[in-house]
Amino acid sequence: MLNTLLKPEHDKLGASFTEFGGWEMPVRYGSDIDEHHSVRNSCGLFDISHMAEIRVTGQAEEFLDYALISKLSEIENGRAKYTMICDDQGGIIDDLIVYRLDDDEFMIVANAGNQHQVVEALKNRLENFPDTRVADESGRWSLIAMQGPKTKEILGTLVDVDLTVLKYYSIASAVLDGKDVFLARTGYTGEDGFEIFVEGDPSGVWQLLLSQEGVSPCGLACRDTLRLEAGMPLYGHELNKDLTPFAANLGKVIRFDKPSFVGKEALEQRKSPKQKLFGLQGDGRRAARADYEIFLPGGTDSIGMVTSGVLSPTLQVPIALALLNADAGLEIGSEVEADVRGTRIFYKVVELPFYKRGR
Amino acid sequence: MANPENLKYTKEHEWILIQDDIATVGITKYAADALGEIVYVDLPKVGSVAAHMKICGEIESTKSVGELYAPMDGEITEVNGALDQAPDQVNQDPFGDGWLIKIRYTSLPDLLSSTEYDALVGE
Repeated sequence: MLNTLLKPEHDKLGASFTEFGGWEMPVRYGSDIDEHHSVRNSCGLFDISHMAEIRVTGQAEEFLDYALISKLSEIENGRAKYTMICDDQGGIIDDLIVYRLDDDEFMIVANAGNQHQVVEALKNRLENFPDTRVADESGRWSLIAMQGPKTKEILGTLVDVDLTVLKYYSIASAVLDGKDVFLARTGYTGEDGFEIFVEGDPSGVWQLLLSQEGVSPCGLACRDTLRLEAGMPLYGHELNKDLTPFAANLGKVIRFDKPSFVGKEALEQRKSPKQKLFGLQGDGRRAARADYEIFLPGGTDSIGMVTSGVLSPTLQVPIALALLNADAGLEIGSEVEADVRGTRIFYKVVELPFYKRGR
Repeated sequence: MANPENLKYTKEHEWILIQDDIATVGITKYAADALGEIVYVDLPKVGSVAAHMKICGEIESTKSVGELYAPMDGEITEVNGALDQAPDQVNQDPFGDGWLIKIRYTSLPDLLSSTEYDALVGE
């Protein structure tokens, strides 16, 4: 298993670890529910250095318009976009955040478990772009996510840039703890926050951020409950190669007005998937988990499966994302049942996200 | 936290306190830590039959579901109702307020001593 450069820091903090995407990552430092609330109410610090960083330079905007499903040529320098890379059948290879660093330079952040598939797919698409380079820089960057309503105020006192002018889904260079870093106003928690790209040894930055009042170290357990409350998909659960962006209700990410891109023809044929992602909310304290079957009330035939499910720490009710038959007649308010190890539990179809931060 | 010497243990990471014909059962600190923060505990009904090594309850954390095995034959005489409202007691005080069930046992299987359990979990 791979370790991030911050492993000694996690050990010092008494973290418990879990395997994720080939990496040994902190799952929690103490109570994962306390960590969850610290992100919702104050500020949480995550080591997400397992994520992959891929730099694309040269004829980059034309290349990315061809290789990815969105129109990256449209975004301005210093802005970011959530997008996906699909195969020629329209299946999702990974979901990505792409940051535009300069006219001819982009940084892609991909999921740890998909690093090699994404790099390989990008390189295979270079054929007609001789002046474009794709460089896997995952080994060069540590990534630290600082998330929660107090993040801007806390981080603002430590950097040489005015964070109030750095818009949501933007990226800027900054100096933090004497190091040149990138600050991106992105995240995976449903809260305002920043993701910090650090080159070289990140332990000084980590220690500085953690020493600030109101900042708690947070593990992957709460990262999962936070993103699920925010209705955000996780590759391997809500997204995979058998699914198109339409199945995940993310068809709007696709730009069919581009002359050509990998997967275009297939995606035009796959706009009405057999199964789609729904948000489910129950009551009580018992939660349906991934792979549990869903039924219409009293029904005997499964209409699909839970992809992620948990007792929401913020809402205090069970929530789930489920991939369900599009022809089951479900709409907001419809009742369904989950088979929780032999017991049927009621859920209602609800709007996503489950949780939206106040503005 | 050390595993108390006055308790007996199972390989399924449960502890047992024997007092006359009543066995109080909980899960160890080791098990509670491995599960993570416990959010829901499903316990058997008082008066129901406990059968050695049969599942009699479930312990859910944010990340996983753990099964509670009856460590012996007998009858459930009491369950820890306080856990309905405060399931995290199992994390906070696994050997005390986080107890799960009481069994009036009819027979006692071989159980581990604290030293043997320490060795099992590498403490």
